[in-house]
Amino acid sequence: MHLEYREFLGTLGSNSNSVYMGNKIHVKVNGKDHQHEVEPRLLLVHYLRDTLRLTGTHIGCDTSGCGACTVHMDGQAVKSCTVLAVQADGASITTIEGMANGQLHPLQEGFHQMHGLQCGFCTPGMIMTAADLLSRNSNPSEGEIRHALEGNICRCTGYHNIVKSVQYAAEKINKEVAP
Amino acid sequence: MIPTTFEYTKATTVADAIAALGNGDGKILAGGHSLVPALKLRLNQPERLVDISQIAELRAIREENGGLVIGAAATHNDIATNPLVRSKLPMFAESAGQIGDVQVRNRGTIGGSLAHADPAADWSAVVLAAGATIAVQGPKGARKIAASDFFTGIFMTALAEDEIITAIHVPVVAGARATYQKFAQPASRFALVGCAAQRTPDGQVHIAFTGLSDTPHRDHAAEAAVSGKPLDAAAIAAAAAAAGEGVSINVDHYASEKYRKHLAKVYLKRALEAIA
Amino acid sequence: MSTNYIGKSVKRVEDKRFVTGKGNYTDDIVLPGMTHGMFVRSPYAHAKIKGIDTAAAQQMPGVVAIFTGADLAEVNGVPCGWQVNFKSGDTMKEPKHPLLAHGKALHVGDPVAFVIAETREQAKDAADAVEVDYEELPAVTNPAAGVQAGAPLVHDEAPGNVAFDWELGNPKAEVDAALAAAAHVTTLEFVNQRMAPNAIEPRSYIGAYDTTSDKYTLYTSTQNPHLIRLLMCAFVLGIPEHKVRVVGPDVGGGFGSKIFHYTEEALITWCAQKISRPVKWTSTRSEAFMLDAHGRDHVTKAQMGFDANGKITALKVHTYANMGAFLSTFAPAVPTYLHGTLLQGLYTTPKINVDVTAVFTHTNAVDAYRGAGRPEATYLLERLIDLSALEMGVDPVELRLKNLIPPFDGVTQPGYQTQVALQYDSGNYQGVIEKGLAMLGYADFRKAQKEAAESGKLLGVGFSTYIEACGIAPSAVVGSLGARAGLYEVGQVRVQPTGKVSVFTGAHSHGQGHETTFAQVVADKLGIPMEDVDIVHGDSDTVAFGMGTYGSRSLAVGGSAIIKSIDKIVEKGKKIAAHKLEAAPGDMEFANGKFTVKGTDKSLSFGDIALTAYVPHVYPADLEPGLDFSSFYDPTNFTYPFGCHIAVVEVEQETGKVALKRFIAVDDVGNVINPMIVDGQIHGGVAQGIGQALFEGVEYDENGQMTNASYMDYCMPRADDLPMFETGSQVTPCPHNPLGVKGAGEAGCIGSTPAVVNAVIDALWSGGHKVRDILMPLTPERVWTAMQ
Repeated sequence: MHLEYREFLGTLGSNSNSVYMGNKIHVKVNGKDHQHEVEPRLLLVHYLRDTLRLTGTHIGCDTSGCGACTVHMDGQAVKSCTVLAVQADGASITTIEGMANGQLHPLQEGFHQMHGLQCGFCTPGMIMTAADLLSRNSNPSEGEIRHALEGNICRCTGYHNIVKSVQYAAEKINKEVAP
Repeated sequence: MIPTTFEYTKATTVADAIAALGNGDGKILAGGHSLVPALKLRLNQPERLVDISQIAELRAIREENGGLVIGAAATHNDIATNPLVRSKLPMFAESAGQIGDVQVRNRGTIGGSLAHADPAADWSAVVLAAGATIAVQGPKGARKIAASDFFTGIFMTALAEDEIITAIHVPVVAGARATYQKFAQPASRFALVGCAAQRTPDGQVHIAFTGLSDTPHRDHAAEAAVSGKPLDAAAIAAAAAAAGEGVSINVDHYASEKYRKHLAKVYLKRALEAIA
Repeated sequence: MSTNYIGKSVKRVEDKRFVTGKGNYTDDIVLPGMTHGMFVRSPYAHAKIKGIDTAAAQQMPGVVAIFTGADLAEVNGVPCGWQVNFKSGDTMKEPKHPLLAHGKALHVGDPVAFVIAETREQAKDAADAVEVDYEELPAVTNPAAGVQAGAPLVHDEAPGNVAFDWELGNPKAEVDAALAAAAHVTTLEFVNQRMAPNAIEPRSYIGAYDTTSDKYTLYTSTQNPHLIRLLMCAFVLGIPEHKVRVVGPDVGGGFGSKIFHYTEEALITWCAQKISRPVKWTSTRSEAFMLDAHGRDHVTKAQMGFDANGKITALKVHTYANMGAFLSTFAPAVPTYLHGTLLQGLYTTPKINVDVTAVFTHTNAVDAYRGAGRPEATYLLERLIDLSALEMGVDPVELRLKNLIPPFDGVTQPGYQTQVALQYDSGNYQGVIEKGLAMLGYADFRKAQKEAAESGKLLGVGFSTYIEACGIAPSAVVGSLGARAGLYEVGQVRVQPTGKVSVFTGAHSHGQGHETTFAQVVADKLGIPMEDVDIVHGDSDTVAFGMGTYGSRSLAVGGSAIIKSIDKIVEKGKKIAAHKLEAAPGDMEFANGKFTVKGTDKSLSFGDIALTAYVPHVYPADLEPGLDFSSFYDPTNFTYPFGCHIAVVEVEQETGKVALKRFIAVDDVGNVINPMIVDGQIHGGVAQGIGQALFEGVEYDENGQMTNASYMDYCMPRADDLPMFETGSQVTPCPHNPLGVKGAGEAGCIGSTPAVVNAVIDALWSGGHKVRDILMPLTPERVWTAMQ
């Protein structure tokens, strides 16, 4: 894509310029420390997207149902639309932007290899939830994968290739761990 | 998706939290998985939130007097994965694992769920069947409310506006068998009907339903049909026949009165068969 | 070089940005000085707006402007893009669809005021402070009820709430006579329920206006930026098209819902000029449920007649099609030319009559939703034939085979002329059924089913065949059918001096992977590596023109336009090469990225020719420099993918809960460029079709309130609701486009729904429950009730 509006990303303006009322938070996001004063009503997802301009975390609903906003908070998958930014004070957050460490995370690679995404909108949330699963269960069955992803809605893939993507990643991680 | 404005206080002790809560216009925030969705839709517009999630004692799960004490701010995931719970109160771990989805279980708390008292929440049936006691604390001190006295109506409890739930005390009875069986509402995954049943070695059976009526409740008629008797097919059938009678049955998009009552009987049967 | 990308499951080029969180959707974009808009929307389905008080809201912090319907009284409404006239010849009723409701609100969510503020939070707070005085009026939501005498009227100019009526096929009298003479007639009255499209990216728009250049920009989550620009400029705002840039960045799914020109797009563009600042609005999911154009919603009565040998003799259909309160962009085409014309299906039915009444109701607009009309036609046919088999006591597969159109390739044999206007291009319908049966193991299944029934388990199998008309569409044909636009596509191929290639396409991917598939085609045709090809789409300033992505048209129509441009490049390249090699152009051939003098080893590479075209020192005198061609491709016919879908279910006797055990999809979508992507399209479509069969459906109460407008109530298929899918394929090339492709985007969604419903009915019959039909979605309660 060669769309020139990319130049605006991350540099100019903001989605939310609220008059903040004195709640200072200190959050570590993708290993980087941030301090901001935020309005108590600011949702963590808006903090990530608007204040930090980490727009890989998406908003797909307003009833905590779709999972597109899933990030890790202190190592666990959470729906960042259902966490206030002030609740994340002192927490360590990982977003999709923090998953690749020089090279793609096995899940990111798995989604690419197994065609686990089409429009890409639910993908960051799917990957973050799947990462939570693999951190608890390194060798999940198909049923366990499907159960773990019940809080993430995808409209494009019918989940078939998402399941395969998670299986790909599990296999890769296990190979790397094995001596 | 945008709450109204409110003040936010992070409490470090229970006493702090009670002081900050004030009277009437404040709300307790723990995991936020009942409250924040309501805030986002502006269904709830509190003046002030008091965050109790950082109070360590409220998150602890410990043994006390032969029973378990589950801190009000313990998350569903804490409970589902806690070794003490898994060995001594397997029904709690089993039901915690069925709540919402993994993200919800990572944040949502047992105390928050009980205080919110959604008529289709899973915990209500479980604490009722387990004969648990809800420990609460307010400006006038601490008190304990039996689970059977706690739920008073749709989204209504015996908790006063200036009180917070501190813990759930659950008796552990050696040799008791208990289970929670749920027919999930297909979209929300709340309980269309959930049935918790516990049988103690003395033959006493507790049966509780959630999702069935506007208030989660013990089904004493069904209990009478099986208590003190061998859990055989005849007794189970009798309990199922008695179940769900005499209460007003919820009606919604996914279940008419007739169907919901039928599900109550089916799930009661499954629960009793599981602990027979 | 020799490349060989076509037919390979090449991994997608676009994935990297999406898996790393670097996708760029409209809501991710921030413009300098951007403001935020929030709507005040009608809570009533039908109400008189007696007054709007914005005084308090105007005083709220950060408020920039508030607009109401009165401010837009002189602005046109959004137009409908398709005109279907009454049988009488009268023009269809097309009431104005204003950008903001004025005087009356006609469905829940109808926008009443638009509040613009410095921040999203301030806009929301101020929108809540706008006071609207409504007088609630009675509403009607069901189309069959809407036409009854005394039903509440949606528009004064549409008496009886009828937007138009329409008929196609053989004369009704002939069809009636054939039904009267039939040995068996199966009658089915049913509802094809209303669906919410649910692209996971909610619609999002940013309007901007530059005062110095008088130029507008609209960023929009759309499936067709150019069409939005055309409709908005020419019909709504009356602003010159060359002063408007429409950009569709990454788009998070569409499924039809992002084809249409929505009022919010035009309003936001208009507002940006009024306040001389950018304005952003992003839909909430609640708004999306209420306002993204819904799909389906047909109330139908159908009759199928058979002779004593089980041959279909006639089909008669009447449908009330719910249009909602306003005619959305393609809405009139859906129940007519995308539904009535498909009622031949794969069968040799000699007499068909279809009659459609399109009805206004106090509900959200209904328009194309993945498959658009074709799923409704397929559901009708495949439920009828299955039910007929049950009623006549014959095997459902046998009955289908007996009535099947024989194979034809469309090249040596002519296309198949249907009774309902279309001429199928090529088909081997028996082939997909046989393949499906083999994958299923039909005989073994029936044995297993019988054993299961004996032990009280209800297993069922359901079949469905389908054909669709896609590759939309031949302009002259659709023009005669009422389309107010041509449906060709544009493809520009710009060879850069270094031999790298930029391709500009009017198709607009919102998940289909065009950046990969199109690059595979171009790289193969030019004999260059895929990395040397870049696919550019979605920006009216860079892409000359386009009609967008829907109706499984991107490769069949958009790909063909690109091929035309490639042909022109090769043609010109041959002339340049011939000149340099001192040969005659007619003696040149182009293969594997090389221009060669036939029968010699004298050749020049594609890169050499590209450079020469831009550095024309040794160059034919009569040739212009440069190597850049743009082409319009207008197809000569629709394309006709087809297939056979098979579902295996188990119904839990005690609760009516349906477990989908297997799903087999055998699809013939013509030639395949990237099997991985085609499979992915089938998977997603199948899941959506299963969603309609088992889980989804918009519900309105009698007051016109949508009662399940959230993911807490509207049941989307989730990962644990579905099995792994078994896909099989067959290839019958399309005879009339250069790639031989037919389109794969909608196939899964068309074939799957009736297969699942048929399977559930089959399961119930296996247990002795002789149930004819169950209303979709087949919720546990409905299935359980059917067994009582």
